[in-house]
Amino acid sequence: MLAALEDGWADPARLYAPARRARQLLDAARAATAEVLGVRPDELSFTPSGTAAAHAAVLGGLAGRRRAGGTLVHSAIEHSAVLHAAERHVAAGGSATGIPVDRAGSLDLDAWSAAVAGPGVALATLISASHEVGTVQPVAEAARACAAAGVPLYVDAAQSVGRIPVPAGWSILSASAHKWGGPPGVGLLVVRKGTRWESPYPADEREAGRTPGVGNLPAIVAAAAALRAVHAEAVAEAARLGPLVDRIRATVAATVPDVEVVGDPVDRLPHLVTFSCLYVDGEALLHALDRRGFAVSSGSSCTSSTLRPSHVLEAMGVLSHGNVRLSLHRESTEAEVDRFLAELPGIVAGLRAEAGVVGL
Amino acid sequence: MNGPDDVVDCLGQRCPLPVIAAARRLPELPVGGVLRVLADDPAAAIDIPAWCRMRGQELVGTSTVDGSPAYDIRRAH
Repeated sequence: MLAALEDGWADPARLYAPARRARQLLDAARAATAEVLGVRPDELSFTPSGTAAAHAAVLGGLAGRRRAGGTLVHSAIEHSAVLHAAERHVAAGGSATGIPVDRAGSLDLDAWSAAVAGPGVALATLISASHEVGTVQPVAEAARACAAAGVPLYVDAAQSVGRIPVPAGWSILSASAHKWGGPPGVGLLVVRKGTRWESPYPADEREAGRTPGVGNLPAIVAAAAALRAVHAEAVAEAARLGPLVDRIRATVAATVPDVEVVGDPVDRLPHLVTFSCLYVDGEALLHALDRRGFAVSSGSSCTSSTLRPSHVLEAMGVLSHGNVRLSLHRESTEAEVDRFLAELPGIVAGLRAEAGVVGL
Repeated sequence: MNGPDDVVDCLGQRCPLPVIAAARRLPELPVGGVLRVLADDPAAAIDIPAWCRMRGQELVGTSTVDGSPAYDIRRAH
């Protein structure tokens, strides 16, 4: 890391001594990251962010297959980075087909399989696990349907890399370092050998031509080190956080009236839990929790800059107001979870009393 | 089809207010009565059907009335 800061100014593509040392650091970071993902180093590029990787995955995957057709098949619960790239594709004359999910937030595999087998499908994209409700998606089955139809699959694995394994069968994968505890400003784009992918950017030789510009070497080295560390602890962390999330799911449902705990109770990320409280304003709930030292997220419309509710909660057909998303991390303790569970019922009851909705 | 038995106007209100208004007004109707909720907050399109499911009430349908979304709920119990 210190070496990376020392030589991080040097351009790994040049030939002077600091540049060669920078090249070695970059190669080592790439090799370590590729090893965790189980891919070849030359299949992996470091991008300026997970968002940039997602954009390049979608647009590059579509561009590489334009002769096969202009249709993108995607789940209804993709990350907005993927959906925004899909919008760009549609605006440019392409088409996109959204595939529904069930009430638990799991992909409708029959609809998916029928859609990818349709005419003119260039690319299919599936998030590995929902970033909002934690439901792990049937990636292996979705990949089999794609393989049968001869359609490449792009998996947005930002939620899974460093935490849980990603099933094989995909052609393109993206991830984001800050999601696994690394620094912001580093994403991963992996394109398997034999995949027809074409850069959506003007030509640039960096990172196998997959992303333009000189990478942030110190951040890349830190990202690779963080990934190795979290990967080594992933099984133990999942075993620690999984039961804490189970406890949150069960206790919230038992102690808070009129609450909907959403997402699949079993096939889920180990660290994430989402629930919605009937008649409660999501923004008020977020601020009340914040005042007590709990930093949580929400899919409620009042907490978003667009004032639109989460498209994931919408696709699942679950209550969108009064929504709270808890994301546990390596420093989250059992004591903190217990304090949250002890304080939440009173907070919700207080907000309902203020709004005059008790007994409705 | 006959019109609704009662209408509650929640245009311009943000969720959860339209859901709260529906929850307040529906018990004032007889069982079988239909309440129309006018609500243009996009979250209402998710939350009114979700409330009906949670409370065991029947969402008869959604329509557009004078350019705004309308949700018809039948009191089931």
